[in-house]
Amino acid sequence: MSRVLPVLTVLAGIVVVWYLGAVWLNSTWVYDQAERAGTTVTLAEVIPQTMAQERPLLPPPHQVAAELWKGVAGQAVTSKRSLVYHGFVTFKGTMMGFALGIVLGVALAMSIVRFRVMDMSVMPWAIISQTIPIVALAPMILVVANQVGVQDRDVPKAIIAAYLSFFPVLVSMVKGLRSPDQMQLDLLRTYGANEVQTFVKLRLPASMPYFFASLKVAIAASLIGTIVGELPTGAIEGLGARMLIGSQFGEPLIMWAALFAAAILAGMLILAVGAVERFARARMGVPA
Amino acid sequence: MSWIAGTVVIWLAAWALNVRVAATGWARTGAGRLFVPLLFGATILVVWEGLVRGLGVAPVILPAPSAIAAKVATSLPVLWVDFAQTFLKGALPGFVIGCGAAVLTAIAIDRSPFLQRGLLPVGNFVAALPIVGLAPILVMWFGFDWQSKAAVVVVMVFFPVLVNMVAGLQASERMQRDLMATWGASYWQALVKLRLPAAMPFLFNGLKIASTLALIGAIVAEFFGSPVYGMGFRISTEVGRLGLDMVWAEIAVAALAGSAFYGLIALIERWVTFWHPSQRH
Repeated sequence: MSRVLPVLTVLAGIVVVWYLGAVWLNSTWVYDQAERAGTTVTLAEVIPQTMAQERPLLPPPHQVAAELWKGVAGQAVTSKRSLVYHGFVTFKGTMMGFALGIVLGVALAMSIVRFRVMDMSVMPWAIISQTIPIVALAPMILVVANQVGVQDRDVPKAIIAAYLSFFPVLVSMVKGLRSPDQMQLDLLRTYGANEVQTFVKLRLPASMPYFFASLKVAIAASLIGTIVGELPTGAIEGLGARMLIGSQFGEPLIMWAALFAAAILAGMLILAVGAVERFARARMGVPA
Repeated sequence: MSWIAGTVVIWLAAWALNVRVAATGWARTGAGRLFVPLLFGATILVVWEGLVRGLGVAPVILPAPSAIAAKVATSLPVLWVDFAQTFLKGALPGFVIGCGAAVLTAIAIDRSPFLQRGLLPVGNFVAALPIVGLAPILVMWFGFDWQSKAAVVVVMVFFPVLVNMVAGLQASERMQRDLMATWGASYWQALVKLRLPAAMPFLFNGLKIASTLALIGAIVAEFFGSPVYGMGFRISTEVGRLGLDMVWAEIAVAALAGSAFYGLIALIERWVTFWHPSQRH
């Protein structure tokens, strides 16, 4: 209870500020309309009009919620207007990129921990790779994938998502695989364990807490990568594409609904990773 | 064929040399630490060049590094205008405003444990959200010029810095705070002399994350409308014209700017938090 109340208070505060902002930003339009019609409006008349505009500068929360509800429940799931449909396209790209990122990150981490030369030569470049803004690469990856003959739109998106999500996994796994201390390594040596056995029975289990901690960061990064991958070059499906469409056609409600759909998707993905983590911990016998 | 064969030979030779060097004691010195990754990077460039030439890859798919370098050399003025628009006008002011606002907010809510408990989960959640999605909305509000780019950057960097700074302000130990109390230090004295310095490692963590986000935000915002210059604008238009050498030139500039920005923050961090265990070598 001591956690819920403060969070609810902050959320309520955000909603209040949002409504005030909506009134403030949207009132300009109302005043303009009134001036054009040659009438004057009082503040009491302005406020209701700021709540239900077709193209508000800042749609109030209930309008966004209504649009979101219309997009989620008001359409057939297969419809091009359904946010479930676009959300699923984004979800698919996110999971592909996430899987690719995990494989890449873990494989690199394994070779970095095993081979000193990999550590010295690859690790600095892995860090530098993250200071390169991926969005600069995104449109080009899309075009190149198209020219090489990859017709599937998911592939370039997955590459962009993997580029963002492999790094947290790599860093955490390097830390995790190195976390067993000398005493434990020595013990396995006295057992006559070879390198593979040491890896499977000691290093891998020891790295699991680090692994799951990094997954939460990685899945959020992967979602961002997927949405960025959907933005440029006129993608037609996915939440990012919905945002672009809303922007180009001047339909703020579509943008806001897509933004909140993306936020909900992010929340669900993080919760799902948390659930997998708890399950894995329970199976490994780690007290929660 | 000779290009490919030569490339493979150079690659194997460089790899063998790196393995050799990494095993020696020299690799543990400063110069060795620099040499191994540099050789690795140079090898990648050579392999890239050799494969593009040897396999005859079309320039519209992947230009060779030499072609990109030539493009950079001939279009320096354009690159500078784009850089100034996106980085100096968009990313940098946004970064400063966003991080400044986050630090001030963190200090303001620091006195209220109630607000902290409420804001931290929300802030953590928002920090994980795809905030880039706000870019089209902010472009609609602030227009096509750099103001909207700076606004996107402000929103993107705010929450990661806020979360880190709030955590940092709680980092000083009970014992240390008690010591300040026994000296009769006021709230502000304790803040300036103990808790702010203790928060610095956390703050710089947030600033490092924010430094890469800032460039991403500024470039993405340009996809939704910009004046006829700027790195994001140039990239999206040149991709449309298949001028991939120009795109790569912009990527090179973005990579350099991003790395330099990150490096600068890391340098300041080393200077400010010299007392922290992670900075001792």
